[in-house]
Amino acid sequence: MNLSEETILKIDALIPKYPEKRSAALMLIHLIQDELGAIDLEACEWIADKLELQPINIQELITFYPMLREKPWGKKHIRVCRTLPCALRGSYATCQALEKKLGVKEGHVRDDGEYSIEFMECLADCGEGPVVMVDEETYENVDSVKAGELADLLTSGTLEISKKFVSYENALIQDSNLEAAPKSKPSTK
Amino acid sequence: MISKKNSKVVPIVLDGKEVEVPEGMNLVDAAALHGKEIPHYCYHPQLSVAGNCRMCLIEMGTPMRNRETGEAILDDDGSPRIGWVPKPVIGCATNVSPGMHVKTESEKVLGCREGVMEFLLVNHPLDCPICDQAGECRLQEFATDYGRGYSRFVERKNVKPKRTRLGPRVTLDDERCILCSRCIRFCQEVPKDDVLGFVDRGSFSTLTCFPGRELDNNYSLNTVDLCPVGALTSTDFRFKMRVWFLKDADSICPESSAGCNTTVSSREGELYRITPRRNDLVNDSWMPDSGRELYKSVKSNNRILSSRIDQNPCTADEAIIESIRLLEGKKIGIVGSCKSSLEEQFLLNQISLKTNAVNFIRGHFEEDDGILLSADRTPNLRGALISGFTQNYPKDNLVSLSQALDQNQLDVLLVIDEDLEAAQVDIANLEGVPIVFIGTHTNSTSNRASVVLPSLTTFEKSGTFVNRSFYAQVFRQAVPGPAGVLPDLSLLSRLHNGLTEDEEISPDQNSVWKVMNNVSGSVLKEISLTDVRKDAVLLDSSKWSDLPFVESKALHFEPATKVEA
Amino acid sequence: MSNKSTPTERRIILKNADDPNYSNKISCYLREGGYAMLKKSFKMKPEEIGAEVLKSGVRGRGGAGFPAGMKWKFLDRKSGKPIYLICNADESEPGTFKDRQIIHKDPHQLIEGMMIAAYAIQAKQAFIYIRAEFFEGARILESAIDEAKAKGFCGDKILGSDFSCDLVVHRGAGAYICGEETGLIESLEGKRPNPRIKPPYFPAVLGLYQCPTIVNNVETLCNVKHIMEIGGDEFAKIGKPNNTGTRIWCVSGHVKKPGYYEFECGALTMGEMIYDVCGGLLPGRSLQAVIPGGSSSKILRADERFSGKLKDGTDFDWGVEDIPLDFDGPMAAGTMSGSGGIIVMDDTVDMVEAMANINAFYAHESCGQCTPCREGSLWMRKITQRMCDGGAREEDADLLLSVANQIEGRTICAFGEAAAWPTQSFIAKFRDRFEDKVKNPERKKSSLQLI
Repeated sequence: MNLSEETILKIDALIPKYPEKRSAALMLIHLIQDELGAIDLEACEWIADKLELQPINIQELITFYPMLREKPWGKKHIRVCRTLPCALRGSYATCQALEKKLGVKEGHVRDDGEYSIEFMECLADCGEGPVVMVDEETYENVDSVKAGELADLLTSGTLEISKKFVSYENALIQDSNLEAAPKSKPSTK
Repeated sequence: MISKKNSKVVPIVLDGKEVEVPEGMNLVDAAALHGKEIPHYCYHPQLSVAGNCRMCLIEMGTPMRNRETGEAILDDDGSPRIGWVPKPVIGCATNVSPGMHVKTESEKVLGCREGVMEFLLVNHPLDCPICDQAGECRLQEFATDYGRGYSRFVERKNVKPKRTRLGPRVTLDDERCILCSRCIRFCQEVPKDDVLGFVDRGSFSTLTCFPGRELDNNYSLNTVDLCPVGALTSTDFRFKMRVWFLKDADSICPESSAGCNTTVSSREGELYRITPRRNDLVNDSWMPDSGRELYKSVKSNNRILSSRIDQNPCTADEAIIESIRLLEGKKIGIVGSCKSSLEEQFLLNQISLKTNAVNFIRGHFEEDDGILLSADRTPNLRGALISGFTQNYPKDNLVSLSQALDQNQLDVLLVIDEDLEAAQVDIANLEGVPIVFIGTHTNSTSNRASVVLPSLTTFEKSGTFVNRSFYAQVFRQAVPGPAGVLPDLSLLSRLHNGLTEDEEISPDQNSVWKVMNNVSGSVLKEISLTDVRKDAVLLDSSKWSDLPFVESKALHFEPATKVEA
Repeated sequence: MSNKSTPTERRIILKNADDPNYSNKISCYLREGGYAMLKKSFKMKPEEIGAEVLKSGVRGRGGAGFPAGMKWKFLDRKSGKPIYLICNADESEPGTFKDRQIIHKDPHQLIEGMMIAAYAIQAKQAFIYIRAEFFEGARILESAIDEAKAKGFCGDKILGSDFSCDLVVHRGAGAYICGEETGLIESLEGKRPNPRIKPPYFPAVLGLYQCPTIVNNVETLCNVKHIMEIGGDEFAKIGKPNNTGTRIWCVSGHVKKPGYYEFECGALTMGEMIYDVCGGLLPGRSLQAVIPGGSSSKILRADERFSGKLKDGTDFDWGVEDIPLDFDGPMAAGTMSGSGGIIVMDDTVDMVEAMANINAFYAHESCGQCTPCREGSLWMRKITQRMCDGGAREEDADLLLSVANQIEGRTICAFGEAAAWPTQSFIAKFRDRFEDKVKNPERKKSSLQLI
């Protein structure tokens, strides 16, 4: 199994943080999955060996958690929330629109491996439903019409720079050089 | 035998009746002690508590006390008011405490059982007609006793892998699995081979091994015994016989000095399987897989089925007469066996004493697995010591016999079930020495013996073994021996009576025990066969405390002396 | 709806979160006076902090509403084993999205609250268990922890004292059951997140690695900082007796302005929330039902009335709009405020489909350890799925209710109740819809597809 130097360094720095080796299992699996796309049998055995466990202990985890994969998703993975608050605002229509536009059914990877759709449980942004995640970016208020537009931008590779679709993460203020607001500005209190 | 810990007792109120239960016991065991069954699946007294089947739900309450004064609050009629826990609790995880009130038959509890039973059956396949577990299936039993009696489920049941090979001796049917996790806990805690686990989640959870690994340790068949349903079944026993046709006999595994208590199941003289019997002092509820295979030796190709004189078939009477003729008045070398029962070893020793014979015996030693397969691969080495057949610890060979033959000290040999050449006896030394061979299977010695007398396997006779902890335990006959084969005790008693002028010994266990009891200085002095038949009896081992016993620390066993390297 | 003016939020936790001049970096937090409470707390004795939290009466904001000060009191400090503090950032209750805001926009508030709590309980190590779907959130927290460490606010020898407590961010992997405290502990130990049986495995006694552990929600731990700022007694004056402090309510569903709003406990009623703060329903629609506390709580039918006696002895007679938004109000109405996720459903919603959607969630998220939840949740899903696919029978409503009753109270953890309560309340309050499904199996054109 070929892991990059960087990942191995991260893994070795991670394990001592926990009082018991076994606790590092989930984080280790995330690191390896981020690099290799999925955890196959060989990776299971490698991780088990690293943490002094049995391979079945790792396979138990991989099959339990929906976000851990034995086979990789597409290059771009789309998650649509199906739970009640988003469903009330039309997430089923959103999912169907995306399926149509991208040519892949939910729970599957497109034949060319480019896209996959997952109809997931609550993504914890219910007030702005329907919620669609593209890889690690969370897009809000994506009804079926917007879903079509989002899919178009996605396939043309311009979603990230789109001004119409700004993900929750990109909208966050992460500037460390902000000055305090002048006192006259109305407070949110 | 379920051990009774002699600890303090605690008073509780079980279904309105005041009873006493040992301290530290859980409610499932406590109720069982008083004749009440609390049905359960995932709980096993010798495994850690999981508490996930929820079948043992019962109502529990404690007398209410005033928070400030600590005084008991009373009802109008003067009886203490009970604060019943609003939700039912699981009995297996609740330890008894003084004054606790328990309801095991209330409407709520019966409703809980019906509910859990229904849920277990909802995704369970309708396999009873083809499932081996039928007749000893706890799902069947509790459904009959506590179930609703009809199904309300009209949806589709879950589909999972069926009849997969989980290991070389175990077949797994995932649809039948009720996810009690007994097998997983067992593999983690007893053979310490963490190879089983659940994959997927929710109702789709499936028992499996990691691809490429198998459940192949020497205790894999215990999971089949543990499994309350027919998910884990023995590949060897699969489809062979319905369990309600089987007759059970209590026996002791003859594989090693661990002395595992077993149940030998047979029908019409045919053996079908061996399963472990619970004994909290010896083997908990387990036995090694290798011990279960031993029933196949009963019908193996090299079984001795008839007496022979000079390799020609003859009757048993003819063979005995010829044996006495060969042995009478000569310098006899007797090779005993650590696999013989205590009674046989005692009788053999009586023959030896009265004919001034020289005794030889070898041990069969291999690796100790630290659980229930000890280094001493014979069930009754200690019987040889107790019966007086040998004073010293047997070596793993018969070189001493070879030397005695070399020096012409012996005229004739009486060999009980040993292969002399395999025990390093020089063939040259055996030239011209007539051998009377008593045994179950042919070997190089029986092939050169002058007289061959067939004997019975452990499954075909009754007797006593003394295990590594010096527990005397009886095993009972399960099936009759091959036609025409005399029981070992009859054989030996006829030889004894034919070779000596002393009082005859009758060929039954009781008579032999009476004689054994009367031997001066015997550790069996105060112990009767009736005692040993009831329970394992611990014998006094102090006489042999200096001997180099080969067994190392194992389940329910601490070596008394240091093992010589 | 009411004659009063729209109730105003009181943003204590979310004071700076949406300020355009406030970022999630430490410079902004320090600028607004951050970590001053940490310094103040370190001058006190750990027991004194615990006493303040107990006096404040702050109740857990994760769903159970158990007083945090009491939870800390139950901690086994005499065992000699190391103590652990875990922040439950695995926000997965449908309808809830408040912790997301705190983590992404004001992470240092959480870190300060955690370090104060860690000092109060003398924890050896602290963990933040964050759900894996918060990819950026985990990165933000890790970078915030690095910033805090650099300034001596967490990690080794905090503020130059003898007390050290390392803070580790641990990501989950998409399982709702990891929000259950013992399930979280099992997941943190690297095993399948099967909740433990209680007794004997109470986290305060036998938690992480069988050591005493405190598991608190993100919002609860943030409140610790504010309790130290004004003192426990003052904090107890915010809100109402037994319902102290502020709560962040998350409104979703069929309202004009869904979102998160922080109010003092009991400062407004459900009606004021839906109609005033959230702008009311969508045009032309009327209220059909409200789920007040995340999908696990019992549903309220719009035309229901509730009456009885409150804890303080006063009588109450409420419609849904009159239920005060705190802990005890919804409880008096036979439901619970849970995690504060209010889901509003208008008259276009097909209630059987809504039920099917919720059942599918619980069937999917059940860990599968104990029989009633594992089989019962899947059975309920199969029944409601069949009903929505046109196969509804007359006996299905009774069957669903019976199955739900067989799950409640019989399981290892509260997931059993969480799966059973929606079904019980839907059948109790909307039985006519379930019976109607038999005669009219087709979805109405005005209804959205929900399953």
